[in-house]
Amino acid sequence: MPRRTMIEAIRDALDVMMARDPRVVVFGEDVGYFGGVFRCTEGLQRKYGPSRCFDTPISESGIVGAAVGMAAYGLRPVAEIQFADYMYPGYDQIVSEAARLRYRSAGEFTAPLVVRMPCGGGIFGGQTHSQSPEALFTHVCGIKTVIPSNPHDAKGLLIASIEDEDPVIFLEPKRLYNGPFDGHPEKPAVPWSRHPLSETPEGHYTVPLGQAAVRREGAAVTVLAYGTMVHVAEAAAEETGVDAEILDLRTLVPLDIDAIVRSVRKTGRCVILHEATRTSGFGAELSAQVQERCFWHLEAPILRVTGWDTPYPHAQEWDYFPGAARVGRALRAAVEG
Amino acid sequence: MAQGAESATARRRTRGTREPAMGREELLQAYRDMLLIRRFEEKAGQLYGMGLIGGFCHLYIGQEAVVVGMQMCLEPGDQVITSYRDHGHMLACGMEARGVMAELTGRIGGYSKGKGGSMHMFSREKGFYGGHGIVGAQVSLGTGLAFANWYRGNDNVCLTYFGEGASNQGQVYESFNLAALMKLPVVYIIENNKYGMGTSVERASASRDLSKNGAPWGIPGEQVNGMDVTAVKEAGERAVAHCREGKGPYLLEMKTYRYRGHSMSDPAKYRTREEVQRMREQSDPIETARRMLAEQGVGEAELRKVDDEVKAIVQDAADFAQQSPEPPESELWTDVLVEEAR
Repeated sequence: MPRRTMIEAIRDALDVMMARDPRVVVFGEDVGYFGGVFRCTEGLQRKYGPSRCFDTPISESGIVGAAVGMAAYGLRPVAEIQFADYMYPGYDQIVSEAARLRYRSAGEFTAPLVVRMPCGGGIFGGQTHSQSPEALFTHVCGIKTVIPSNPHDAKGLLIASIEDEDPVIFLEPKRLYNGPFDGHPEKPAVPWSRHPLSETPEGHYTVPLGQAAVRREGAAVTVLAYGTMVHVAEAAAEETGVDAEILDLRTLVPLDIDAIVRSVRKTGRCVILHEATRTSGFGAELSAQVQERCFWHLEAPILRVTGWDTPYPHAQEWDYFPGAARVGRALRAAVEG
Repeated sequence: MAQGAESATARRRTRGTREPAMGREELLQAYRDMLLIRRFEEKAGQLYGMGLIGGFCHLYIGQEAVVVGMQMCLEPGDQVITSYRDHGHMLACGMEARGVMAELTGRIGGYSKGKGGSMHMFSREKGFYGGHGIVGAQVSLGTGLAFANWYRGNDNVCLTYFGEGASNQGQVYESFNLAALMKLPVVYIIENNKYGMGTSVERASASRDLSKNGAPWGIPGEQVNGMDVTAVKEAGERAVAHCREGKGPYLLEMKTYRYRGHSMSDPAKYRTREEVQRMREQSDPIETARRMLAEQGVGEAELRKVDDEVKAIVQDAADFAQQSPEPPESELWTDVLVEEAR
């Protein structure tokens, strides 16, 4: 089976869908001629022409707003916001238009669009190129939020997102584009080719939205993670020897609550990870849901390991990033607690 | 043609004879300031290559004449605000090369104590309001700075820089409308270096003459040869005077060019090597200034003295930026909200 990086897997998903479905159009800043700043759309304009893969001006509000209109009239727009940090001018269109069109027209019109955005830190991007805004989307009803952790899922989830009947925010952890990252910046970078989940089938396949994956089976503690933090969790379990069960949520909305409940009822302990800031982060929602459903099974307080409640720093990236050491301490605390 | 450009042409006609736009000392100063930016940026590129600077780093090489010419039009109390390609603006404002370079290397001696990085530095003392990483966002901020001038009744002016790529952001036009409506003292400076990252202006803007982008609001605009520091200063004087007189905003489209990539990782597939080479050879702002200086009788020895002085400043900055300590962990949590007395 072919091995792909996350970039190649995303590009392949777009390619597959553009070939299958003439309604699919791909656009964004530097997406067409230049092929995207992370090269996710390289070659698509050459292959499908500038009416199906095109550059937009730097105007995120216009990009998302136009996508809503396209989607309402039967197209399947896949818009790229160059960095998730740039989406705020388009946020109004996401929240007030894309997310609400179905409800306020009583289902007469819908906005089946995908907005792709690279997110997360780990590349010294500082406060305007490192954010993880997933909770700003999960808080908004009417949109779905997806965040893959590996090439296999990225391709399958992106195809599922494009085929989905609702607007999907597709967050791509940019630190994972070229290889898995376990939270140890001092170690040499590992390419995807050595990771089993770089195997991506050719052609069309989907990873359904709303299904978590167990990345590591364990009995001592359940770890809920997504995106880059899945790999950090694996490293922390390895390094501490804690028998953790690691769930890769893959989609935050819809959430695979059954898989979470199943695991927490088995282990009786739960550690939640995300790179985003702590207060009102998605971990708060996960913690509440676990508590509501698993209270009588819990043997220790639910713990969260997250980014600090500060803007993403420039120089102190690795003090901010919840790396394997911090996650490892939480794993120990959870099993000892 | 926009009304500002018309009046400029008229003025040139009435003046008749061609006189040098800058005197010897002024031009020498401009040469020095441009050279400082050039050498600083080259050094930053080197330090980046050595791994001493991480993340994003947008070099200003090629565009030096714009900021140096404009800065010569300012008076104390005026403000400057720009985007992320900001090192040149800071040096032109008189900020210390040391503090800028140390911010690039993420050290405590940097202007933002390592919290901001290349794109985010500030100096209240020098009237520099940042360094902003989000494309176009600073245009509204600059409009607000101009409002504060208007509100306080001073005659200060805010120079608000942005790229031709940013000129397509919606908030730019929201700002134009507000500034024109309230006659705010803001000079909008579009640094048109032809490429918004990898997308050429022709592929991103339906507008072919960006100096006319303020026309619906009656904002006078003109296109300026941004590779010639004397042309920049001449246009800048007009624009700043217009604002100081309370006539409202003014728009300058600086036709310029960046020699390096958008940032440090740029495959540069969107333009030819020959195009860059041609600009370097035919339009380089520093070489142009050097030639003009020679015409005014400035000899090689004097220029070499400037070169040496600049070189020493840049080397000192590079040394400082490597010696300044990394910020302590406690800095991570400061400056998030106002700090109450503990």
